[in-house]
Amino acid sequence: MLKHINTVAYCKTVLLGLLILSASIFSPAVYAQDANAISTDPAVIQQGEALFKANCKVCHAVNEQVVGPALAKVYERQNMDWIIAFVRNSQKVIQSGDPYAVELYNKFNKTEMTAFDFSDDEIKSIIAYVKQETENPTVAAPVATATDGATPAEGSASAGMSSEYFYIILVVLFVVLVLILIVLGLIVSVLTKFLNQQGNLDEADKEIVNSKTDLGAFMKSKAFVGFAIFIFVTLVAKTAVDGLFSVGIQQGYAPKQPIAFSHQLHAGQLEIDCNYCHTGVRISKSANIPSANICMNCHSIVKTGPQYGEVEIAKIYKAVETNTPIEWVRIHNLPDLAYFNHAQHVEVGNVECQTCHGEIQTMEVVQQHALLTMGWCIDCHRKTDVNTADNGYYDKLVELHNESSKSPMKVVNIGGLECSKCHY
Amino acid sequence: MKQSNKQYWKGIEQLTNSHEVVKNAEREFPEFLPINENGESGGSSRRDFLKLMGFGIAAVSLAACEAPVRKAIPYLNKPVDVDPGVANYYASTYSLGGNYCSIVVKTREGRPIKIEGNKLSNITKGGTNAQVEASVLSLYDKERLTGPKAKGADIDWVALDKEVISKLEAIAAKGGQIRIVSNSILSPTTKKVIADFKAKYPTTEHVTYDADSVSAMVEANSQSFGQAVIPSYNFDKAQTIVSFAADFLGTWISPIEFTKQYAVNKKLGKDKKTMSRHYQFESNLSLSGSNADYRTPVKASELGLAVAHLYNALAAKAGLATVSVKAGSFKNLDKAANDLWNNKGKSLVVAGTNDVSVQVLVNAINSLLDNYSSTINLAQAVNYRQGNDKQMAQLVADAKAGKVDGVIFYNCNPVYDHASGTELAAALAKVGFKLSTSDRMDETASLADFVAPDHHFLESWNDAEPKVGSYSLGQPTISPIFKTRQAQASFLVWAGGSDDYYNYLRNNWKSTVFSKQTSLMDFNTFWDKTLYDGVIELGAPSAASVAFAGDVAAAAASLSAKTDNGPELVIYQKVGIGTGNQANNPWLQEMPDPISKATWDNYLTISQAMATEMGITFVESNTSLVNLKVGGKSVTLPVLVQPGQANGTVGLAMGYGREKAGRVANGVGVNAYPFLTSANGFVSFEITSGVSIEATGEKYQVPQTQTHQTYMKRQNIVQESVLSEYVKDASAGRFHPHVMGYDGEKKPSEISLWSGHTYSNHHWGLVVDLNSCTGCSACTIACQAENNVPVVGRQEVLNRREMHWIRIDRYYSSDADANDVKGLEIAAENPEVVFQPMMCQHCNNAPCETVCPVAATTHSSEGLNQMTYNRCIGTRYCANNCPYKVRRFNWFKYHDNEKFAAVNVAMNDDLGKMVLNPDVTVRSRGVMEKCSLCVQRIQAGKLTAKKEGRRTNDDDVTTACASACPADALIFGDMNDANSKISKFLRLEEKEDKKVVKEERAFHMLEEINVNPNVFYLTKIRNKDLQENNV
Repeated sequence: MLKHINTVAYCKTVLLGLLILSASIFSPAVYAQDANAISTDPAVIQQGEALFKANCKVCHAVNEQVVGPALAKVYERQNMDWIIAFVRNSQKVIQSGDPYAVELYNKFNKTEMTAFDFSDDEIKSIIAYVKQETENPTVAAPVATATDGATPAEGSASAGMSSEYFYIILVVLFVVLVLILIVLGLIVSVLTKFLNQQGNLDEADKEIVNSKTDLGAFMKSKAFVGFAIFIFVTLVAKTAVDGLFSVGIQQGYAPKQPIAFSHQLHAGQLEIDCNYCHTGVRISKSANIPSANICMNCHSIVKTGPQYGEVEIAKIYKAVETNTPIEWVRIHNLPDLAYFNHAQHVEVGNVECQTCHGEIQTMEVVQQHALLTMGWCIDCHRKTDVNTADNGYYDKLVELHNESSKSPMKVVNIGGLECSKCHY
Repeated sequence: MKQSNKQYWKGIEQLTNSHEVVKNAEREFPEFLPINENGESGGSSRRDFLKLMGFGIAAVSLAACEAPVRKAIPYLNKPVDVDPGVANYYASTYSLGGNYCSIVVKTREGRPIKIEGNKLSNITKGGTNAQVEASVLSLYDKERLTGPKAKGADIDWVALDKEVISKLEAIAAKGGQIRIVSNSILSPTTKKVIADFKAKYPTTEHVTYDADSVSAMVEANSQSFGQAVIPSYNFDKAQTIVSFAADFLGTWISPIEFTKQYAVNKKLGKDKKTMSRHYQFESNLSLSGSNADYRTPVKASELGLAVAHLYNALAAKAGLATVSVKAGSFKNLDKAANDLWNNKGKSLVVAGTNDVSVQVLVNAINSLLDNYSSTINLAQAVNYRQGNDKQMAQLVADAKAGKVDGVIFYNCNPVYDHASGTELAAALAKVGFKLSTSDRMDETASLADFVAPDHHFLESWNDAEPKVGSYSLGQPTISPIFKTRQAQASFLVWAGGSDDYYNYLRNNWKSTVFSKQTSLMDFNTFWDKTLYDGVIELGAPSAASVAFAGDVAAAAASLSAKTDNGPELVIYQKVGIGTGNQANNPWLQEMPDPISKATWDNYLTISQAMATEMGITFVESNTSLVNLKVGGKSVTLPVLVQPGQANGTVGLAMGYGREKAGRVANGVGVNAYPFLTSANGFVSFEITSGVSIEATGEKYQVPQTQTHQTYMKRQNIVQESVLSEYVKDASAGRFHPHVMGYDGEKKPSEISLWSGHTYSNHHWGLVVDLNSCTGCSACTIACQAENNVPVVGRQEVLNRREMHWIRIDRYYSSDADANDVKGLEIAAENPEVVFQPMMCQHCNNAPCETVCPVAATTHSSEGLNQMTYNRCIGTRYCANNCPYKVRRFNWFKYHDNEKFAAVNVAMNDDLGKMVLNPDVTVRSRGVMEKCSLCVQRIQAGKLTAKKEGRRTNDDDVTTACASACPADALIFGDMNDANSKISKFLRLEEKEDKKVVKEERAFHMLEEINVNPNVFYLTKIRNKDLQENNV
């Protein structure tokens, strides 16, 4: 019985915890706002976060020192006006002889901070974000991810909600079940007591009434042993089959690359078009890992990086000087028997890179986002509408499709599941 | 319509319908399954099972571990024009041993992987042949020299140049004789380089010879017209073609060009109901002979006589004096004379004999027929064969006499491929300085002191002037793989110049070709455009009649001197191997000879009558060895009973029996060159006396292909008729099967279990014109290159496991009863031949699809029968159920397998693998494969169209076979596209959602079983008289 109570108590704690957690996540900030104070409005924080990631993150982090100083509690070190002035034009502040600014400048090897033409509100929103990060970096993290992309935010939030409800319902059901069991047990013990007190039972009945549940015998019974073996075999088989299905699947594979190239910096913050480096993506079957000469287009001028300084970029120079190509580790390994063409998907199909490669612009180290199994390919071919807009190739096909169907033409409708589309 | 009672047969064994053949014909695979590599007897044991299981478990657990790290290495400096994954095409020129073809080279990531014909060329017009298609593999030959050699040891170029120049200067200083020996050089700039060399070393003489010499033709033209040239021929303008042993469709002078021209008059359609008529008189059954409307087997010694008789017949018609010749009667000769006379000025007579007298007579005939103003253009001389037999004989004599001090063999191998090769080899000991530019240590190079290996033609800059007024540029499509150097650059260095041949070439073009043209004013623009096009035509004088000044009577008199002296040996070229300069190319070695269907061997072709006489039987590749003796030389070789072989003659192919070509070719077949004789100073390929053949009684197997692929019933596979019938009824010769149903007779297509497919997007189809197909097999090699088809080697061909996706079935037909030996001889004496390219028919009701237990072969929504290798488990049910026998099973892992390393070079060494098409999977052991209609090209073509936002057209997609075909016998296209060539050709019409083929000649193979293929065949129409066809 004690055990049951413990369980219930545990469940209650969990439930309460979950409730508090979800409340802390979803409760809107409704505290009164001071005009000069740092905002805690999530919308402002969100705006600040976006700005921070797009502009500041190359050189700054909140809680650690990167190229520039850690920004934690910067709002306590200096007033807002100073911050705004420094962000708009740090050199001006330094040249004005501000002792803090000069000290900072010297401390960071006289690296100039780029001037940003932000409005006051924008800078304030960034500070709001910094403040939130300073005070509560852990709680803020999931929010940050969730708000990062437009559609996934909704999706992951609602998915979180439903699974939470699911667990709550489960716990409630379990509690009800336990209560029923307790009640039934009580009834049985009351009835037994009552029958024993009656004393007019014959031996056979007494035996039944007083019979103890023999757990040992039950465990040894054929039915139980058989059932247990069945469960065991099924579990082993399932594990084996699952294991086999995962053979060769490298989802999440994020090997260390010879150069610590950051997509987060290049694609995320600097917003360099994927096509700029991956030149084949619209014309060829392979998107192509950029050759060193493409790196050199920018890095002949940009010689220092925000994270590793000159170390990683120097590797490009070394490769060029010694005439040795850079040996990247291949992440997406389709088997040779499958033919995939980037141009077909990106140029013709207008599929976003992120659809298959994930939020590449947030990846510091690139990892394999998708399963890259045939089932994964086919699933997309079943669900995806063909990009037929302004493409004469599809005109007649769309016409024919619309004659027989009301739903838009999917890839599957034009033979997207046929073997020879990918295997030859 | 009257059905033909012709009997079709694949070979002698089938004609006799022997027990063995019937038994084998019913089987898809031979009963024995010799795949036990351990050589253990018996099947698998329990131990094997445990071993396999243990290995399997280990493999699975290993596979479950972390996948191996794979590197992706981008360019350091990406060339602007190269995008990984995108093919680049460069126009270039193939010229090898005087054979010419304007080509477009497909490269991927900077390596050539496929050769296509260049449609901009007026000469080859986009056609290729097997040798041209295969030459890309020769580039990646491991046997090529990796750098220069001196006395067999490695040396660097600087040291070599120093030594060579000092030797040459020493010879020049003492006034010694230097010779440059080469095959025909088509390149005018190379000739200029040699002239520069001569200027530096004035005692140099350039000796040109050709392994397949036509030197006598040049001499004859000199005697007849005072012009020592070979003229241009226009087979397309000829309504009557008479060939005396000239295999102009296979190997003679410029076969691609001639096939293109020949095919023009073989096309029939709604608006064209005329055809040329082709007579062939020859000893061996050649490719041209097998395409002739009338073919007469003639003994080699009587061939000249036949020409003389033709001259007399025509001279009589023209009212000219006849010449006195020995009496003789040749079937069809009078008929040919009549046709020629009726088509005066629209006819053409050619002879392949290297005999001045015969050639003079042929010139006389053509002159008499006024052909020099139309079908023969003496003013537009061709440069394909410039060999001079007399010069070469003189060189051998001089070398023997010790008069030659230095000799440079420029990309030629006379020790192997010249009649006096052995004498030359001995005489070379007396030559102080010997250098070869050969790409390998071949028979000649291994006797040289220095070897300065030349680039492969795909690594070189070059030009060519195939005929007067036609120029062609060759450009490198890959950086040199080895430390070789372009031979022209070597000559320039030795002549004291710089090794910059590219600029030398440019400058030469600036002063020659550029100055002759007027359309472009800027040289750079001109150069870029010509390089892009590959060819430039400056025009040549048109054909004009010339006065014949030859001595016909003398020529005829010298012919009459020939007498009958026992068996006669005729040395010929096979379409694949040719003269043997690409013998180390396994694609060519495994290409079935179009006529004999033999691979990996040469053999003595003999007539059935001779075989019977010698007591030799030839059943399903099983034959005997014989001793062939000519003069003092003898060799043991197998015989092959060849229907159509002139009785009393035997044939032997040159190009085999290489000793130092490399591990593919060495020891394959016997060398025929030592048997060549010299007659009146010209190399003679017909040895008419002193030949003896003795049976040894030893058994031997010649690996042949076709004897083991068979159909359910053969009677209606080939559907043919004659022109007169076709004119009356365009569906003449068609077989219309009917099936008896409960409600009477029906067309097979009206009864079907299947509801059929609807093709809303594309509907790919292929048309095979049996009338145009010459059987040249360019398609087979093109397909092999495009689709990574493995080479399996001699033993596996014998085991009936060749892998070609497209094969050319060759059927003989005759109407003689073959039930007795005499009848067999008659039937085999001179059968008609028909070639039928056979690839997956892409059936709409495919029998293979329904029997596959794992759905590895399925139908696509575009009409393709798809084969999915990774799904196939190798039950081979599909192959068993295929009525066309076009499915190929991977009995072995042909790639990375030591057992096949010597033959399947394209999949076994790092160099060879560079030729593989990266868009096509290399199949592994245990899976079925077959023609995919080049689905990778279809997908690529569709993508091009999609990117441009339009539908596909004929220019976007074509299959490798159709693109290679020099006769345009294969038409591929989208049958849903009303504007496609195939739709127009078949005159497709939509009726009740079904496509109706209006073209009367089109038929489906095995229509009676209603598998409803997407491949159509067009009936073969022979331009014969009705009674002679015995219909």
